[in-house]
Amino acid sequence: MTDSKYFTTTKKGEIFELKAELNSDKKEKKKEAVKKVIASMTVGKDVSALFPDVVNCMQTDNLELKKLVYLYLMNYAKSQPDMAIMAVNTFVKDCEDPNPLIRALAVRTMGCIRVDKITEYLCEPLRKCLKDEDPYVRKTAAVCVAKLHDINAQLVEDQGFLDTLKDLISDSNPMVVANAVAALSEIAESHPNSNLLDLNPQTINKLLTALNECTEWGQIFILDCLANYMPRDDRESQSICERVTPRLSHANSAVVLSAVKVLMKFMEMLPKDLDYYGTLLKKLAPPLVTLLSAEPELQYVALRNINLIVQKRPEILKHEMKVFFVKYNDPIYVKLEKLDIMIRLASQANIAQVLAELKEYATEVDVDFVRKAVRAIGRCAIKVEQSAERCVSTLLDLIQTKVNYVVQEAIVVIKDIFRKYPNKYESVIATLCENLDSLDEPEARAAMIWIVGEYAERIDNADELLESFLEGFHDESTQVQLQLLTAIVKLFLKKPTETQELVQQVLSLATQDSDNPDLRDRGYIYWRLLSTDPVAAKEVVLAEKPLISEETDLIEPTLLEELICHIGTLASVYHKPPSAFVEGSRGVQHKKLTARAGSGESAESPDVGLSGPSEAPPAVIPSQGDLLGDLLNLDLAPPTATVPSVQPSMQMGAMDLLGGGLDSLMGDESDTLGGDIGGSPSMGGGLGVAPAAMPAALGGAPAVGGGLGDLFDLSGGVGMPTGSYVAPKTVWLPAMKAKGLEISGTFARRGGIIQMDLSLTNKAMSVMTDFAIQFNRNSFGLAPAGPLQVLTPLSPNQTIDVSLPLSTSGPVMKMEPLNNLQVAVKNNIDVFYFSCQYPISMIFVEDGKMERQVFLATWKDIPNDNEALFQIKDIHLNSDAASNKLQGSNIFTIAKRTVEGQDMLYLSVKLTNGIWVLAEMRIQTGNPNYTEMELSIKCRAPEVSPFVFQCYELVLKN
Amino acid sequence: MIGGLFIYNHKGEVLISRVYRDDIGRNAVDAFRVNVIHARQQVRSPVTNIARTSFFHVKRSNIWLAAVTKQNVNAAMVFEFLYKMCDVMAAYFGKISEENIKNNFVLIYELLDEILDFGYPQNSETGALKTFITQQGIKGQHQTKEEQSQITSQVTGQIGWRREGIKYRRNELFLDVLESVNLLMSPQGQVLSAHVSGRVVMKSYLSGMPECKFGMNDKIVIDKQGKGGTTDDPGKSELGGSGKQSIAIDDCTFHQCVRLSKFDSERSISFIPPDGEYELMRYRTTKDIILPFRVIPLVREVGRTKLEVKVVIKSNFKPSLLAQKIEVRIPTPLNTSGVQVICMKGKAKYKASENAIVWKIKRMAGMKESQISAEIELLPTNDKKKWARPPISMNFEVPFAPSGLKVRYLKVFESKLNYSDHDVIKWVRYIGRSGIYETRC
Repeated sequence: MTDSKYFTTTKKGEIFELKAELNSDKKEKKKEAVKKVIASMTVGKDVSALFPDVVNCMQTDNLELKKLVYLYLMNYAKSQPDMAIMAVNTFVKDCEDPNPLIRALAVRTMGCIRVDKITEYLCEPLRKCLKDEDPYVRKTAAVCVAKLHDINAQLVEDQGFLDTLKDLISDSNPMVVANAVAALSEIAESHPNSNLLDLNPQTINKLLTALNECTEWGQIFILDCLANYMPRDDRESQSICERVTPRLSHANSAVVLSAVKVLMKFMEMLPKDLDYYGTLLKKLAPPLVTLLSAEPELQYVALRNINLIVQKRPEILKHEMKVFFVKYNDPIYVKLEKLDIMIRLASQANIAQVLAELKEYATEVDVDFVRKAVRAIGRCAIKVEQSAERCVSTLLDLIQTKVNYVVQEAIVVIKDIFRKYPNKYESVIATLCENLDSLDEPEARAAMIWIVGEYAERIDNADELLESFLEGFHDESTQVQLQLLTAIVKLFLKKPTETQELVQQVLSLATQDSDNPDLRDRGYIYWRLLSTDPVAAKEVVLAEKPLISEETDLIEPTLLEELICHIGTLASVYHKPPSAFVEGSRGVQHKKLTARAGSGESAESPDVGLSGPSEAPPAVIPSQGDLLGDLLNLDLAPPTATVPSVQPSMQMGAMDLLGGGLDSLMGDESDTLGGDIGGSPSMGGGLGVAPAAMPAALGGAPAVGGGLGDLFDLSGGVGMPTGSYVAPKTVWLPAMKAKGLEISGTFARRGGIIQMDLSLTNKAMSVMTDFAIQFNRNSFGLAPAGPLQVLTPLSPNQTIDVSLPLSTSGPVMKMEPLNNLQVAVKNNIDVFYFSCQYPISMIFVEDGKMERQVFLATWKDIPNDNEALFQIKDIHLNSDAASNKLQGSNIFTIAKRTVEGQDMLYLSVKLTNGIWVLAEMRIQTGNPNYTEMELSIKCRAPEVSPFVFQCYELVLKN
Repeated sequence: MIGGLFIYNHKGEVLISRVYRDDIGRNAVDAFRVNVIHARQQVRSPVTNIARTSFFHVKRSNIWLAAVTKQNVNAAMVFEFLYKMCDVMAAYFGKISEENIKNNFVLIYELLDEILDFGYPQNSETGALKTFITQQGIKGQHQTKEEQSQITSQVTGQIGWRREGIKYRRNELFLDVLESVNLLMSPQGQVLSAHVSGRVVMKSYLSGMPECKFGMNDKIVIDKQGKGGTTDDPGKSELGGSGKQSIAIDDCTFHQCVRLSKFDSERSISFIPPDGEYELMRYRTTKDIILPFRVIPLVREVGRTKLEVKVVIKSNFKPSLLAQKIEVRIPTPLNTSGVQVICMKGKAKYKASENAIVWKIKRMAGMKESQISAEIELLPTNDKKKWARPPISMNFEVPFAPSGLKVRYLKVFESKLNYSDHDVIKWVRYIGRSGIYETRC
């Protein structure tokens, strides 16, 4: 009998035919029909229309047919919840069946039907099954609790299933224990602080006993759970380690890796002088090496983990270099990982072998692999000084092959070698220069230019070489441009007489003809330095550079510790914390290694290994990418989140700009070539002393005139955010109501200060003097921060503009509407009263950007009743532009993600009185006009929401 | 945990799709097809993250098995499970092919329901599964209560790999020591790396619940016994032979039937074996390996359009033993236009499609030597990149264990049934094969 025929039918009217067959009286025909339905379901056809007919087949003694119907049910019940109820009776009945296989089948399937109404009926049968006499049923029921928890966590808690589950940890059957542990671990993950697992020495002992007896998978569940336990002292750590080490000989690699995880974690708590500590270290190496003879996919997982282990404890595998030698037929992913580990293990003892291997790899086929191999040679040179010479000559051999990407990669690494060993290998420069023409990658070009600049005095035709690059200056990438600028300046400082023209050329290219602010900034700095104090310029530009570090690509220590706690899992494969790729609350907990209490080597306090989300995230942030979607699975990078807040004064702006430019200059340098400028303290000092004088001084140099303008343009444009939206003035007090005084005004927030901009117009016939202003009590305590400054008398038909700074420290009273402000203005004629409404964005403070973690917590914390939904129509903005605009008004984008063609922005706002207003904004990206946005606002004081919404609308529409 | 499991054919059509978790939607099926199966470049990683969903895949011939998840699962476990899944399917219906999968799709769904619950792997030992899931539909409807509870206790029990009540008229067991010897040698004949990865495969046809104890010439055990002065070793040279006294085992792993804690404390290997064939242990050695063959290459470039290759192989074992299925594979450049070969023994052929000269010798005794020489004509090319010169690889089979491992004893105790260790017929066989046996040239 072949079942493949079920896959072939695709004719029209199939559903109708199937319906007839399903309702057939013949059992065989029915079963055939259900099989066809399942086959259709598998290939993605929608057969949900057959729901009632299939469910009708459920009442059968034929177990195979029953299983097929169940399979169908699991797929479609959610789309047909009402119909699914029909199945409940059969489930309940099956849970009482004398055959344990059928009882288990029923409870297993019921848990997979995610319909609320069904879960109610599930409770009683589940309770019975958890206490069933047959272990097969109990182990199935244990998992079912996790299923139910996933559907309705509250129900599980209310029904007390968690306690029953905990009891199962003491079950006599090891598989029941293992499944209970798995279920509890999963549930505990979504309740980080619940102490659900409640691991104590007694339960640990039970787990360790079950470990010896359960299936390989059960062992994995138990070991993964054990890894979360925190032993009380070294003796307990040691005894657990002793009982876990036999697992290292298990044939299942996952068991081995999970055991390694437990050992790596608990080892941290053992005193280093303990004999056992050394024994344990020795025991770890062989199983790790054995993992490399597993199937390639597992080798990959193992290698990614070994990469972490080697960084944490290099001593474990230091003698095992050979096993990481690449085999010709290894899949590329295995090759690349092996290479990484080889470099980490390279030392003086094995460097000869390593180099011979690397040279071999550099002739392979795969471009990525070859590049990495070449780069590795460079890293060996830097890491092991004794080998540097050999590495350099190997690299020279490789350059002779003339294979384009090999040559370029070699030049990039040779540059690093020059950095590490200055003035040692210049003899190779001639060879490098021969390959100048073949370099087409920016990194290689930049490296070559750096070398020429650095050793300009020893290269006779350095000026010619650099000049040749200058021709296509504007087509080069920024990296190359910056490098070229620096190199020519270096050349000038070394050979001033012949190269004056060249340096002027490059400075004008960089400052006048370039749109790149980094390049322009650097150009100006050099120019200024050269024109004012060439000696200082020499000190700065030709300063001694700091040494480059030996190890590269090391994972940042806190992240490494967290990843060690996740050995064997996806996190250790991606080298990212789980929070970076897991949605929702799962994986938010940061695990960390805990060192032995009282040991001198680590300052960390021996607190609990599991830390709740409330705990502050690790201080050192690994990299942007790793933080990806820390919470709410938000994508990172709110478009312009890092732009500093608005600076009111021009002077400040200019300083900021320079400071920023310098920063990037320094950052850039130290990243690529290591601080031509950054390394020198005199530079920073020089700039820091008189920032205000800078623009003026620049203005003094005639050639820079145009550029100076640019500089100021910049400060108003690119350098600063667009600023908050200010509404045009409206008339608040008409002249007829105030004996000829007309007041119009608006509100603005500048540099963190709320200002009331007023225009006072005298429409009367006599002069007005003695102006004063007062506010009534209002919702946010706005009050004038100073007197109304109208210094000269206001003559008839004259208009005067005043800006009145406001504070928020005045008396508070809730107004209706909330943003209403009652004002009294007095002059020599009378006192006049009027009221006006300020946009609530005036009281959005500059530090209103919430931490992601806090955001999520707060969002959850605020009851759903407080959520208000709004729509903004006719907006022609994409999410980035919107986020930019909002930021100008202190509405901060915390994160952005894209879901099903919609951009979701997560925004926060803080009011002057400390109230936070959170928002989620949904923008259709599919629509080219972005006409509609949906905004849902959450705030503890919901009455604020409509006003906040108004601001959003106002800001976005203007 | 595993959120779903899909099986595709080479075209990316889905053959089996089982979803275990609510966070995995139908679109995951397509995401994998589009991003991995239909991807233009070669697979760069067995784990792929697409839109916050992680896909683990393995390939068997042209069938793709993919497990999906949105959580931080145990990655090693997922791959182990996928392999296990392949083993289970193979045990049920043989080769994993599109046709077999389509023919058995109902069975596969049943298996998937049983061995993976909510994404958590459950007992996946075929021995146990076959007691209640069969290709002829499900057993269990007409079983007695005792039979049912026997099934469930086996599936969940401590000895999940063996059922009770097995009976054989003749108690017999076969032990195969299968080693693959791996070598990477430099052109100058220096051993860059060499190791043996060995497996002890056992076929057991034993009645009841036999308790077995396996012994080999493990250096640690032998040394310990030597020190202890135990002279009457009961299993001494019962099955083993001559050769090296003992070998140093770098590491070994065991089938789950072996009591690991006992091995850890006493280094003794005791277990109740599954019925039929299974892999008892794997091990790795790196010291004192007998390299059965030595390959001496000589490649000379004569001008730009000609290569001269000479390869000598030497066998390095007792002259009385015979190596079989010897194959030497000499890679040729891509721009080869013609090849002339002369070999002293066996047959050699240039295979243009494989870019290699393949030299086959049926049999070769120990301490012998043979040679091949070839002239390779090359087409002139503009390709700047030099030929990568892949290593010369070798395949062979020899009737001994290159690691020097010897089985010392395998004792069987069954207290409830009336057969003793002496009544069991035991067979031991040693086969050494080439693993990756390469010499650079």
